[in-house]
Amino acid sequence: MTTRLTTLKPGNSAAITAIHAAEALHHRLNALGLRVGKQIQVMRQASFHGPLHVRVGSTDIIIRRSDAACIELRAA
Amino acid sequence: MSKRIALLGMPNTGKSTLFNRLTGASARVGNWPGVTVDLLSAKILIGGDMVEVVDLPGIYDLHGYSDDEKVVRHFLERQALDLLVVPLNALQLDRQLVLPLQLAQLGLPVLVLVNMMDEAKTLGIRIDTQALAAGLGLPVVAISAKYGLGQAEMQAALKSALQISQGMAAGAATPDAIDASPDAIAARKRLQEDDSLEDKAAALSRSAVDVPMQLPERFSDKLDRVLMHNVFGLPLFFLAMFCVFAGVFWLGTPLQDAMKWLFDLFNAHVLTPVLAGAPELLRGFVVDGLYGGLSTVAAFVPVIVLFFFFMAVVEDSGYLSRAAYLMDALMVRLGLDGRSFVMLLMGFGCNVPAIMGTRVMRSRALRLLSMLVIPFSLCSARLQVFLFIIGALFAPTQAPWVLLSLYLLSFATAFLTALIFRGQKHFRSEEPFVIELPPYRLPTLRQVWMRGWLEVSHFLRRASKIIVSGVVLVWLLTHLPSGVEAASAASYAGMIGHWMQPLLGPLGIDEKLTIALIFGFVAKEVVIGALAVIYSLEGDALAHHIAGSLTLIQAYSFMLFCLIYTPCLSTIATIRSESRSVGFAVLAVAWPLALAWGASFVFYQVASRLLGG
Ligand SMILES: Nc1nc2c(ncn2[C@@H]2O[C@H](COP(=O)(O)OP(=O)(O)O)[C@@H](O)[C@H]2O)c(=O)[nH]1
Repeated sequence: MTTRLTTLKPGNSAAITAIHAAEALHHRLNALGLRVGKQIQVMRQASFHGPLHVRVGSTDIIIRRSDAACIELRAA
Repeated sequence: MSKRIALLGMPNTGKSTLFNRLTGASARVGNWPGVTVDLLSAKILIGGDMVEVVDLPGIYDLHGYSDDEKVVRHFLERQALDLLVVPLNALQLDRQLVLPLQLAQLGLPVLVLVNMMDEAKTLGIRIDTQALAAGLGLPVVAISAKYGLGQAEMQAALKSALQISQGMAAGAATPDAIDASPDAIAARKRLQEDDSLEDKAAALSRSAVDVPMQLPERFSDKLDRVLMHNVFGLPLFFLAMFCVFAGVFWLGTPLQDAMKWLFDLFNAHVLTPVLAGAPELLRGFVVDGLYGGLSTVAAFVPVIVLFFFFMAVVEDSGYLSRAAYLMDALMVRLGLDGRSFVMLLMGFGCNVPAIMGTRVMRSRALRLLSMLVIPFSLCSARLQVFLFIIGALFAPTQAPWVLLSLYLLSFATAFLTALIFRGQKHFRSEEPFVIELPPYRLPTLRQVWMRGWLEVSHFLRRASKIIVSGVVLVWLLTHLPSGVEAASAASYAGMIGHWMQPLLGPLGIDEKLTIALIFGFVAKEVVIGALAVIYSLEGDALAHHIAGSLTLIQAYSFMLFCLIYTPCLSTIATIRSESRSVGFAVLAVAWPLALAWGASFVFYQVASRLLGG
């Protein structure tokens, strides 16, 4: 079972199973530490459908929902 | 031959701070990924040798596509180097070791600095630099660029690394694979290569970095719960910004008075007596023209200094990234993103660096739209015009509200512009919004001081020539042809003002104010100086005169126009060079002019009907 990063509730974490992004975004995500197999935690979501604040390892990242949708997670 | 080293690293690893530490000079320090856009360099002595240090923009890896990554690639392709110094964030070694591994694979001379050791210690993270050095095959030193930890070791390591370095030829760091050829097979291959390096990096970080099982909750996390709160976050942010602007205003006013007093003293006791015997025209030119204009402008320097000190704190604190998070939901509807909003805010200091800061965006469309809206930011030069006019005409209880209304209008015009243009094909972008969120940090006094001082000296250097020539030009236009009464209808300036009247009269802007506006096109710093020359009055006398000759509605209409039309020649020049398009630069001048005219026209006509002004 897989789910998307956008559906993960704040406070929960899951492992990344796939990243479906164009190369440039894929690259940027990798450089920021977002890679298949890594554990990702959603810290909070901005209101008005704003971006997500996520944590991977020791790095905090802000990612817009439309971009977060390309990240697939293993459902808990 | 003098040697050259370059600082290369990811954004927010402390490159600028390290550069300042190494060179004692001040680069721009910003807690905002990728703010370092100019290539700063400085010459320093290392082990008796003169060495040039170059600060490169932050990059995520050697294969990236952003403008910054291109700048770095171009630099590496063209310059021979003796050493690459790579700072890493000690807290993020798990993902930062790929870059030094890439460089080591290419066999380049590299010194790795594990930076931010102070933060690592606080969190109980232990780093075995020897194991790292062995794993990378590169020398590694642990430092804190901010607090100066490990300085001596770093100097020693630099010295020995330079001694053994065989140098690297131009292009050595950018073999063919890296020219970012867009074809899919090459791209896949690069990703795969990076994946294998990534595994190596992960293994290395596991063996050399000891992270406590349970990281203590950081102060940042607690603060974020409040400052990034879904309901309170935005109001708090605007409150914070208001406090910055109010603080600048309240602290600045007494300093401004002191400055004025000093200039008057010099005039009364030195300048006037010295020039007592000089011919009338010369005396007028020096005292009323040059000195009058300059002293009026100089009185605002303390405010600008304060503004930059405050901005240095805000910028370094990491709060701006939170602002980007909070504002993105709104900005995306305007066709912009959270970073555009932050650049808009930076524009409140000066539009020029804000426009250059848009380089962190990869999509040209997004950059162009951001560059189109940034000039509406009420910059410090416009602020001085408004402070003067508001101080002259409005009661102290009204003053902050008038100023606030101008700040709000500044946002409103920017947002309106984005809304109008976002649908256009040139401004539509699909740029992803993924940025790093640094922890909160308190800058050291040294950082604030260096940053503030740097900005102010830049500002003065950039502005003083324009200001002096602007003031001189105004004086000439208002006093020639010779024999005319200053700034009267017969002077050149009077003629220009008269000629523009059909256009600006309906806005409540009279002939003299028109002249000031024309000079404001060059730089807003000149506007008050120009008024001083035009009325041949300065300081309080000028304020009194303006208060007597303008209605509140006229004054506000004038300020509206000042707020919206072209910020200054330097901004236009920057837009032109950053967009590499004359057509876009023309649009960036024409649209605000039209908007300024429309806004002032509507305001003046409606307000004077309603209030009978
Ligand atoms: N605690 C700590 N903060 C640092 C250190 N070096 C840099 N910083 C902070 O990290 C942030 C980013 O630094 P900057 O020099 O702008 O990084 P750059 O983006 O790589 O140029 C700033 O807020 C600095 O004050 C350090 O050694 N310790």
